[in-house]
Amino acid sequence: MKVRIPTPLRSYTAGAANVMADGSTVREVLADLDRQYPGIRFRMVDEQDRVRQHMVVFLDEHRCRDLDASVATVGELVIMQALSGG
Amino acid sequence: MIDEMTSSSSAATLLVGTRKGGFVLRADDRSGDWRLGEPMFLGHVVQHLVLDPRDGRTALMACRTGHLGPTVFRSTDLGDTWTEASRPPAFAAGDAHGRAVRAVFWLTPGHADEPGTWYAGTSPQGLFRSDDAGDTWQAVSGWNDHPNWGTWAEWPDTEGTPDGSLLHSVIVDPRDPAHLYIGLSGGGVFESVDGGRDWAPLNQGSTVDFLPDPDPAFGQDPHCVRMHPTHPDRLYQQNHCGIYRMDRDEGRWHRIGDHMPREVGDIGFPIELHPRDPDTAWVFPMDGTDVWPRTSPDGRPAAYVTRDGGTTWRRQDAGFPERAWFTVKRQAMCSDGGDPLGLYLGTTSGEIWASHDEGEHWRCIAAHLPEIYSLEIAHLHADVGAGAHAGTSR
Repeated sequence: MKVRIPTPLRSYTAGAANVMADGSTVREVLADLDRQYPGIRFRMVDEQDRVRQHMVVFLDEHRCRDLDASVATVGELVIMQALSGG
Repeated sequence: MIDEMTSSSSAATLLVGTRKGGFVLRADDRSGDWRLGEPMFLGHVVQHLVLDPRDGRTALMACRTGHLGPTVFRSTDLGDTWTEASRPPAFAAGDAHGRAVRAVFWLTPGHADEPGTWYAGTSPQGLFRSDDAGDTWQAVSGWNDHPNWGTWAEWPDTEGTPDGSLLHSVIVDPRDPAHLYIGLSGGGVFESVDGGRDWAPLNQGSTVDFLPDPDPAFGQDPHCVRMHPTHPDRLYQQNHCGIYRMDRDEGRWHRIGDHMPREVGDIGFPIELHPRDPDTAWVFPMDGTDVWPRTSPDGRPAAYVTRDGGTTWRRQDAGFPERAWFTVKRQAMCSDGGDPLGLYLGTTSGEIWASHDEGEHWRCIAAHLPEIYSLEIAHLHADVGAGAHAGTSR
């Protein structure tokens, strides 16, 4: 499926704004993303599987807080961030 | 505002961690000019940037942003290229306390006989170790999972230290790699004699003015703890509640800050030691009165030096502005090992000040940087060149 990458994480994707990753749940998609781009998941999700404070995952237009949510009918997984720290 | 330095410290290289990235500041061997490199990881919060003194080439950078999780980057060419740790410091999944690393705050190279070993202190107050030069990190479970951790550490850390609890001042005894000290803000100083498998508080004599019991076994707030490199039983700390010295055989902290001028006080963040004289130390006092401005007392910046283990202190303000409101954080004061000793400090207002005569005179050698979090001297291996980040003279 298509995954949209925000600018702060594009250092992991060689600048790509959109990449492809496989999986039936958000967790699996992020795991596949990390296999392709090592280290990217830990910048978004902490070691207790909590999405980090200023990270937001959308499945198409719907905000998702559950890493085990299915992406079976989802066209695009969008990773967004509140750019904190000004 | 960059002055020339023409002293024995002119070949120094400084690694600068700031709230907006890392920088390298190098002294030109010939002219003595200081050359500030281009920012590394611009926009990232660089808590600590440290060169491994054992090989003179491996640098680790503790990094995060406001919105990305914490990690460690490694470089062996003074910052021209960086590689992210393949396993950054992290608590175990399913951790009983539910802890997750928010920031890697402190980096310490390990013992000289253990090349490639590093320690990292984090927020919340975890201790991690790498045995492969910072590529993979493992929890020091003897600390992180100690039965007393939840009592000793600031946890949950929502009501304590501003910006979160910190584990800092990881110290390795040069005589024994299994002998370790750590500092907790808040929590106190702790010691291990078995490589981190077990720990004990080491706070006797260190008082607190923010707890009902002024002399607890733990709960103190050491801001910066230092061990003297050639007399490792001599410890100093700049604490939230004063300046202290301990001779380890006695095992008791003595408040040597009581000998500071009353109008200045003995509150601050950093303390720096003379590498060849265990009785000489420098502090940079800050205003710890009222609501704790943490700026130079009365807006008059000065270092203070003791040459007799804290019995007396002498003001060193030559070269500093008459009025200025500096704040110098706990990792932002260092020395270069030269003779006479060069001293350096970085301010939260983005200035770096240097003295090439052990604090007698100070000069601003860099300005207009972001908020400085850390300043470390780097003694580079001969084949580690200036690289792209050496930049141009400013």
